[in-house]
Amino acid sequence: MTLVAVVLVPFLLALPAAWIGRRWARAGGLLLALVPACSAGVLLSLAPSALAGQGVRAAWPWVPELGVQLALRLDGLSLLFALIVTGIGALIVLYSGYYMAGKPDGGRFQAYTFLFMGSMLGVVLADDLIALFVFWELTSVTSYLLIGFHGHNERARHGALKALLITSAGGLALLLGLVLMATIGGTMRLSELLAQGDVLRQSGLYLPVLTLVLLGAFTKSAQFPFHIWLPAAMQAPTPASAYLHSATMVKAGVYLLARLQPALGGSRAWTVILTDIGLLTMVLGAYLAFKQTDVKALLAYSTVGTLGLIVGVLGLGTADAVHAAMVVVLAHALYKAALFLIVGTVDRQAGGRSLDVLGGLARRMPVSALTAVVAAMSMAGLPPLLGFIAKEEFLEAETHMDAGLALGILGPTLGILAATLGMATSVLLVRHVFFGPRRPALDHAREAPVGMLVAPGALAVASLVFAWPPLRPAVGTLLNGAASAGLGRPVDVSLVLWHGVNLPLVLSAVAVALGAALYLERWPFWRLQHRVPPGATLDRAYDLALHSVARLAAVVTRTVQTGTLRHYLLMILGTLLGLVTLALLAGAEPLRPVRIEIEPVAAYELAAAGVTIVAALAVVFMPSRLGAIAALGTVGLMMSFFFVLYSGPDLALTQLLVETLTIILLLLVFYFLPPYFEVRTPLPSRLRDVLVALGVGVMVTVLVVVVGPTKLSPTISSYYVDGSLRDAFGANMVNVILVDYRAMDTLGEITVLAIAALGVFGLIRLRMHSPCHRRHAGPGRPPDAEP
Amino acid sequence: MKSLILHTTSRLMMPILLMFSVYLLLRGHDLPGGGFIGGLVAGAAFLLQGVAAGPRTVRQLIPFDVGLLLPAGLSISLLAGVPALLLGGHYLTGLWVALPVLGRIKVGTPILFDLGVYLVVTGVAVQIITLVAEEERWRW
Repeated sequence: MTLVAVVLVPFLLALPAAWIGRRWARAGGLLLALVPACSAGVLLSLAPSALAGQGVRAAWPWVPELGVQLALRLDGLSLLFALIVTGIGALIVLYSGYYMAGKPDGGRFQAYTFLFMGSMLGVVLADDLIALFVFWELTSVTSYLLIGFHGHNERARHGALKALLITSAGGLALLLGLVLMATIGGTMRLSELLAQGDVLRQSGLYLPVLTLVLLGAFTKSAQFPFHIWLPAAMQAPTPASAYLHSATMVKAGVYLLARLQPALGGSRAWTVILTDIGLLTMVLGAYLAFKQTDVKALLAYSTVGTLGLIVGVLGLGTADAVHAAMVVVLAHALYKAALFLIVGTVDRQAGGRSLDVLGGLARRMPVSALTAVVAAMSMAGLPPLLGFIAKEEFLEAETHMDAGLALGILGPTLGILAATLGMATSVLLVRHVFFGPRRPALDHAREAPVGMLVAPGALAVASLVFAWPPLRPAVGTLLNGAASAGLGRPVDVSLVLWHGVNLPLVLSAVAVALGAALYLERWPFWRLQHRVPPGATLDRAYDLALHSVARLAAVVTRTVQTGTLRHYLLMILGTLLGLVTLALLAGAEPLRPVRIEIEPVAAYELAAAGVTIVAALAVVFMPSRLGAIAALGTVGLMMSFFFVLYSGPDLALTQLLVETLTIILLLLVFYFLPPYFEVRTPLPSRLRDVLVALGVGVMVTVLVVVVGPTKLSPTISSYYVDGSLRDAFGANMVNVILVDYRAMDTLGEITVLAIAALGVFGLIRLRMHSPCHRRHAGPGRPPDAEP
Repeated sequence: MKSLILHTTSRLMMPILLMFSVYLLLRGHDLPGGGFIGGLVAGAAFLLQGVAAGPRTVRQLIPFDVGLLLPAGLSISLLAGVPALLLGGHYLTGLWVALPVLGRIKVGTPILFDLGVYLVVTGVAVQIITLVAEEERWRW
């Protein structure tokens, strides 16, 4: 129950948060930050039971008919991620209060942040596949809202759409994968599926399931080639970038991989795909980060690189590797969020975030500078910070890779390469923002208010103290719990800063030295980087794909929506003709000659049929419009006469009224058209129309003859006849069916009616306001017309 | 389309047609009629008025924005299913109460539902009539 509250409270408080955030930006931020802080406290209090055994469970009925529950489970893995979401969330909310102060949209920002927080908690706590998917997509939606927060900015809209399209396409793949998993495993419960790893891995559908799930995880966690959305997402306000696009949401893919590792992991395909894609993304991200001049873009690419590292190391599937992944997740969340927040502070206080204009800010903003140095040291993997432990464990895992893999040597090499670039990037970032020559243009910059220093400061301090006693044992327990849940068997690796001189330490020292050297000799490297064609080709492919879809839509619309009523009718009737004929020919029951027993027909019935036929012919051949309408009305009235004959008074009444109304409407419209038809259509298309009309007529006749004798179920009529008065207290069976037995259908029908009326409203009103129509109307506009 | 006879007749017919439409609506559960048919009759009454006296008169006859008929009707129909939900049944289950007035009057949520249908159908008819008629007048 507590768990359900933890997930639902952010959703419930989103609206109040909008109001509070707008009313009192700074104090409101402080107040609102208490909510995630309390959630973190609650989660911590559940930690002992979460880390023991099966974890804490809670369930809330959702769609009981489909067996879907809002089932939640808190185990070691969920605990780590939920603590990151709530802990960093509290700091972000606090920071945003100050960051957004004085801007009109501060409240909206806090509301989105709360919505995201709830969605993300749902993702990491869900124990039901459907719930997991729904929350997963909700994070995409809230991310869209936050990236496009400044919707007046075209690049923000573009970035938001890009992120949404890529992550939700992956989400659809994930949905398919999850449904397949549920089908194979026979359950929607994640915890039950995790116990069926062998069943899943031996299923013939294992590879499709794996591919689909990986598509979901890779798009979310910005793995190559889907990483292009993350740099574009940097249009989001910086607190959102810090929260969603470095600390939490992009880790959802990593979470999913770790979560499903006991079910899907351990196969050769899993290892090969994850390590290949992960290590490729790692090097690519690190390489691209080093060439950026926009600090946010630099951090974004560096995040891409780290995500690749986590995915790659998860793919190894050993206890050391999974533990290393968890340490990196925590360390990265801490230092990257801190750096993003510092960048936000610098951007706000100094008015820029390009390396070309920044510099020498340490004198003006000493606290921020110190925070940035600590966080960047963690990013570079320098002792005595958590980032160092993370890098050591990562290199350790890489060097202990299964020798059978082709990546045996490549893995550590790529690891050193990425660590080198990471070191150089960290130095670049700190050196060029806070040190170096004084920039006179930045002399106006002042240190940020305390509220904006607390959050990055706390994160930087956490990077330090989590690596030292007395907190280290607790953090170690948490990470071991997460790794155990991610691996599916107990993991016991202790967090140690000093392992003695071993291979990872040597590699690490090499990387640090190389990184420092690379920074010093950066100009030749940059020249080289800029000679290589820019990595924007994937972006171009994305743009091209989007453009092609739009073009295709335009072509389809032009082809289908000709604007000619005749073509629409042709399409509708042609489809009807084709489909029904197909169904009749390929139906379950073969067409066979039906003997029609003609009951004796009264003379007046024959006469009525004759009148109908003559009227129908008259509609077609009548030269004047008025005459044609009158003939059409006759057909309709004769139809209702037949309904009367065969005792359907309700149908007859309805038909009569609809007929009357439509005829009057037709008259209204035709009143303004020339009184006589002009035959302008060429003969071939008229012949085509004749053929389609005849075809539909013949088809309907055949249908009536074939279907007439078939009784679907003899009990249907009697069910309604007997039940309508007894159970529904109505003697008029037709009406009882409409408003009681099939009330849901009627509700749908009147909704459609209302939508149709809205459509008419839109068509006519929009046309009236369109400039081309106004030109036709000219000055002769009557004074009493509606504006 | 100015015609004195039509104009006068339609004014006389209007209340009769509207009352008849309500009568059709209310008797629908037991005899031919119901919300759909009643709504069409009411729509026809307004249509007649529109043809005789113009769409402005129709708008004036209805003391509120004709656009409100649609949402009102839809809401009533939607809400008609809620009481059953509150009593633990399925959505839209018909609930009936026999009122001891005049011997045998029964009242139930299906009638409320039918009232919603009536309003929607009337609303659609009035909406389309006024819009189309105004459009043509505009081009006049």
